[in-house]
Amino acid sequence: MTNPNIPLATTSSVTLVTPPPGADAKTGATAAPPKMSAQGLDFYYDKYHALKNVSLDIAERKVTALIGPSGCGKSTLLRIFNRIYSIYPRLEAKGKVLLDGDNILDPKYPLNRLRSKVGMVFQKPVPFPMSIYDNVAYAIRHYEKLSKADMDVRVEEALRQGALWDEVKAKLNQSALGLSGGQQQRLCIARAVALKPEVILLDEPTSALDPIATGKIEQLVEELKERYTIAIVTHNMQQASRVSDYTAFMYLGELIEFGDTTTIFENPTKKMTEDYITGRYG
Amino acid sequence: MSEHIVKSFDDELSQLNAAIARMGELTQSQFATTMNALRTRDVEDAAMVIRDDIDVDALERDIESRAIRVLALRQPIARDFREVISTLRIVVELERISDFSANICKRVIALNSHSPEQWLVEIGELGELAKKQLADVVTAFTERNQEKAITVWACDEQIDDTYTGISRRLIDYMKADPQHVAIGAHLMFIAKNVERIGDHVTNIAESIYYLVTGNILDAPRPKGDKTSLDQVEAEA
Repeated sequence: MTNPNIPLATTSSVTLVTPPPGADAKTGATAAPPKMSAQGLDFYYDKYHALKNVSLDIAERKVTALIGPSGCGKSTLLRIFNRIYSIYPRLEAKGKVLLDGDNILDPKYPLNRLRSKVGMVFQKPVPFPMSIYDNVAYAIRHYEKLSKADMDVRVEEALRQGALWDEVKAKLNQSALGLSGGQQQRLCIARAVALKPEVILLDEPTSALDPIATGKIEQLVEELKERYTIAIVTHNMQQASRVSDYTAFMYLGELIEFGDTTTIFENPTKKMTEDYITGRYG
Repeated sequence: MSEHIVKSFDDELSQLNAAIARMGELTQSQFATTMNALRTRDVEDAAMVIRDDIDVDALERDIESRAIRVLALRQPIARDFREVISTLRIVVELERISDFSANICKRVIALNSHSPEQWLVEIGELGELAKKQLADVVTAFTERNQEKAITVWACDEQIDDTYTGISRRLIDYMKADPQHVAIGAHLMFIAKNVERIGDHVTNIAESIYYLVTGNILDAPRPKGDKTSLDQVEAEA
């Protein structure tokens, strides 16, 4: 409603919108260079079409959060990034997932190489039933033959990167099963970084942890992104907003919206994204 | 917007909304009474507005504490976050507007029946512009209408220009006769208070624009009050 007594100032020359920098919501492309890139990715659990034409960049040395309701395909996408699905029959991925430009879905791409480059940490901490030291050394021994002294250095380095060293250095030979849940999860992260990967995939890494342990993991993620490219699946919206640089919202196997995290959580483009993150979905 | 899965969250947000709307109505009615008291030299109505300012202050504190509770307990994001943040900003602006009304009323009482008709008419016209702006911004908030908010935002210049004219003429009025200074000073403050109300209405318009669009209105604000740039002439 305009005021007839007041001549309207023209607003056409006024710049009203500052477009946020960063990600492209339509293409799933990031402003930062991508370390991994899903391109036209489809995935099938037998006949169930779990991912539908997903294209998404995972920016190098950034944290990308994948959010969405249960069954939206976010964990499936994460599991394709290190081809963990290939151990099960009747699962099929179509399209491309590039890691430094190479298609990791190509059967010729060596699985060993992929797993050493792309580490994964799961929702529930899964320490091996062995000592803390051996939990870390076990994976390294698969790939490298090191002297005892070199191995000690590697184990310490990994445990330090996992922000666990100070808590366990006096009991490296004790069973890892005696650690608290939060410590076990940091041990799993230490185990993943021990292989000197380039990408770390975190699948709801704090859903079983208390707020203090969660805080430690989040702090760790912040430190790790200086060296590694990280993708994290989380159901905790606040966690996604706290730790990530980019956020992808998925629903029913499709990438609905992708953008820098600030934009997604302050002013998402799609109503579906806004409904989900504000607790209106359902 | 569709409803939250947690219904009590919707209840809290709509209660906040209702409280802001109530505060908007109260502020409008106070300002209307103020301008009417000025025009009709009604000191009783003026005294009532000063008393009622306490109610607006209490409402402000109530809305603020409720909004802070929502922030702390619900941790709202996206549109919900903007709703609460805008609420916190807008209550402050409305409370300031109410303070200006009360200040004008104090001056109405001080002037008693001595204010010349000519100035009451002129300041009355300025008040009409501000009243319309205030009403429009409350509507823009209730309707969550960014177009209306932008219109209000852009129209503030009209108030500024009108105020600049009144202010310059008031100086001439005071220069003409030292006896006019006491009255002129009160009238000058009254006009300035009305002009300031326009500025606070503009702030509210900016908050509404942010609430609805998620973007900051970052264009230079239209400024028409040129009186602070007027050079003082040396006494002969």
